[in-house]
Amino acid sequence: MRENTLTVTAPPAADAPPTPPRDAEPPGRGGRRRSPAAALLSWVRGGGVGTLVMFLPLLLTFGYFAWWPIAKSLILAFQRTDLITEPTWVGLSNFERVLADPLLWTALGNTAWFAVLALVIGFPLPVLMAVVMAELRRTRQITSVLAYLPVIIPPVVSVLLWKQFYEPSDTGLFNSVLTRLGIEPVGWLQEPALAIPSIVVQSTWASAGTATIIYLAALMSIRTELYDAAEVDGASILQRTWHVTLPQLRGVILLMLLLQLIGTMQVFTEPFVMTGGGPENRTVTLLMLVYNYAFLSGDFGKATALSLLLAVGLGLLSAVYLRLTRKWSES
Amino acid sequence: MTTLTPVPPRARRSATRAADSEERSNVSTLDRSRRTVRVTTRVLTVLLVVALCVVALGPLLWLFKAALSTSQDILREPFAWWPSGIQWQNLPDAWSQIHVGQYLLNTVWVAAGCWFFGLLVALTGGYGIAVLRPRYARVVNGAVLATLFIPGVVSLISLYVTVLDVPLLGVNLVNTFWAVWLPSAASAFNVLLVARFFAGLPRDVFEAARIDGAGVFRVFWSIVLPMSRPVIGVVSLLTIVASWKEFLWPLLVLPSPDLQPLSVGLYRVSDTAPTNLLMAGMFISVVIPVVLFLVFQRQFLRSAGQAGAVKG
Repeated sequence: MRENTLTVTAPPAADAPPTPPRDAEPPGRGGRRRSPAAALLSWVRGGGVGTLVMFLPLLLTFGYFAWWPIAKSLILAFQRTDLITEPTWVGLSNFERVLADPLLWTALGNTAWFAVLALVIGFPLPVLMAVVMAELRRTRQITSVLAYLPVIIPPVVSVLLWKQFYEPSDTGLFNSVLTRLGIEPVGWLQEPALAIPSIVVQSTWASAGTATIIYLAALMSIRTELYDAAEVDGASILQRTWHVTLPQLRGVILLMLLLQLIGTMQVFTEPFVMTGGGPENRTVTLLMLVYNYAFLSGDFGKATALSLLLAVGLGLLSAVYLRLTRKWSES
Repeated sequence: MTTLTPVPPRARRSATRAADSEERSNVSTLDRSRRTVRVTTRVLTVLLVVALCVVALGPLLWLFKAALSTSQDILREPFAWWPSGIQWQNLPDAWSQIHVGQYLLNTVWVAAGCWFFGLLVALTGGYGIAVLRPRYARVVNGAVLATLFIPGVVSLISLYVTVLDVPLLGVNLVNTFWAVWLPSAASAFNVLLVARFFAGLPRDVFEAARIDGAGVFRVFWSIVLPMSRPVIGVVSLLTIVASWKEFLWPLLVLPSPDLQPLSVGLYRVSDTAPTNLLMAGMFISVVIPVVLFLVFQRQFLRSAGQAGAVKG
C-alpha cells in the first residue's frame, strides 16, 4: 500500500517526510565533534528525558527488588548477621556451617526424592492427556477447563484440603475408601515413608493442568502436512503418534522437564503447610531449611549461603541438562 | 522462544482454525469414518471426562459440601451429603469469627496493587525496550532477561532484607502492601511478554505520530496503549492469578494478621479454627477465582498455553 509506493518511487524522495534516526542524534552532524553540553542539549531535544522517564518504573522496581537483592545475597552469604547487630565479614564460614549441618543431607535427600517422584508421577500424565485431548472435537474445551481447574485453586487452600483428605483416622476421606475395600487405615502424612509420596500426589493434582494446557497448545501448532504425509505413507494412528506427534513435542517436553526439575527442587509451600517438615524430618526440604535458618534461627548469613549453594546447583544442573539434551536432539 | 510470540497472530490463527472445521489432527477424517476408531475415541472421551470430573472437580465439590456441613459430619462421614442438614450459618460464621472477610479484602487489595504496578512496569518498560529503543535499551533488556534465569530462591532472603530497609530511602516496607506490590512488579516475564508484543506492532504508526509532533508520552498513551489490549489482558490475568496464589512472600512480609491475604490467614488459623469454619473459609477463597475462570476460560487457557511454558 502506501509504504510500498514509497519504496518503489524511491528517487523523488525529496517530498517524502524525512525519517529521523531513531535515537536522539540529530541528522547531518555525524562528522563534527560536539561538546558534552551540546550533546546533552540534543539528547534532551530528541526526547531523551521522556524516554528515561518511561524506563523509570522498570529501573526502580528491578533495581530495588531484582538486581540489588541478587548482589546483596553475594554480600550476605559472606557475613554473619542477624539483622540486629552490626554484620561482620566471616569469609566462607557460613558455607562451612551449612555443609556441616547433618540436616542438610536429609533435606537434600528429601528434595531429590520429591523431584524424582514428581517426575515419575506427574510428568507423563499431562503429555498423555494432551495427546488424547487434541483428538477431541466437541469435548476439547470442556476437558481443558476441567484439567485446568485445580490450577486456579490457591496452593494453600489446595494443600489444606488434601490435608483433610489424608486425615489418619479410619473415617478420613481416603481411609474410609480403604476401609470399605477391607484395608487398614493409613497414616498418610504420619508414616515416614508415605509422607513425601502423599505430598507429591497433592502437588501433581494441583499443577498437572498447567503442563497439559501447554502441551495442548504445542500440539495444536504441529503442522498438519506432517500427519497428511505420514498417513499417505500408510502410518497408523499409533505410528503417527510415535513418529510425528512425540518428536514434534520434543522441544517442549525437554523444556518442561527442566522447568519442573528446577521448580520441585525449590518446593516449599506443600511440605511446609502439609507436615511442617515432619514426621522425623522426612519432609524437610532445602528451601524449608533456608526458611528455618533465617526466620527461626535468625541466621541470615547461613540462610543466604544455602540458597546460593542451591542456586549454583540448579545452574549446574540446567547447564548439564541443556548440554546433554542438545547432543541427544542433534543425533 | 516460540512461546513468547505476540498475541494477535496467535489469536488470528485460532480464529481461522475455528472457522476451518475440517482442520485435521493426528486422527484424520478418513480414520474417523472407521468404526473401531470411532468407538475407541468415544470410549476414551468418556473415560477422560469421567476421570477428570472425579479427580479435578470432585475435591472442589467435596469442599463445597464440607463448607456447609458440621465439623462432625466432615470428620465422621466424609462421603455423606449433609446427614445433619445444610449449615448455611458456616459462611457468615467464617466471615466474622475467623475473619475471612478481612482476609478477602486484603487479598483483593494485594491483587489490585500487584495488577496496577505489574502493568505499569511491564507496559512502560516494554515500550522503552521495544519501541523507543535508546542506546541503553539493550543493556536494560539484557539485565531484565538475566533475572529470568536466576532461580527465585537466590534472592528470597536478600529481598526480605531489602524490604526491611530499602537502600537509600531507609524505609521499612514490612507490614505494608508495598512489600508485596513492588517486588511482584519486577517480573522479567511480564516485561518480555509486553516487549515481544510491542515489537510486533507496525513501526510506521509510531514514526508517523512522532513526525506529527507527538511526544514520548503521547505516543504511549494514545497509540500504544489502545493497540495493546490483548497483551494487557494476558498480563492482567497472569499477575492477578499469581498474586491470589502467593503464599511464602506475604507470609514473610505481612506478619500482622490485619493485613494478611486469604492464603496466609487460612494457614495461620488452620490449626485452631473449627473444621467447618475452616472449610467455609477455604470455599470462600476458592469461589472468586473459580467463577472468574469459568467466565473467562478461553482467555485463561490461551494465556496459560502461550505463557505458561516459560513461567515454569
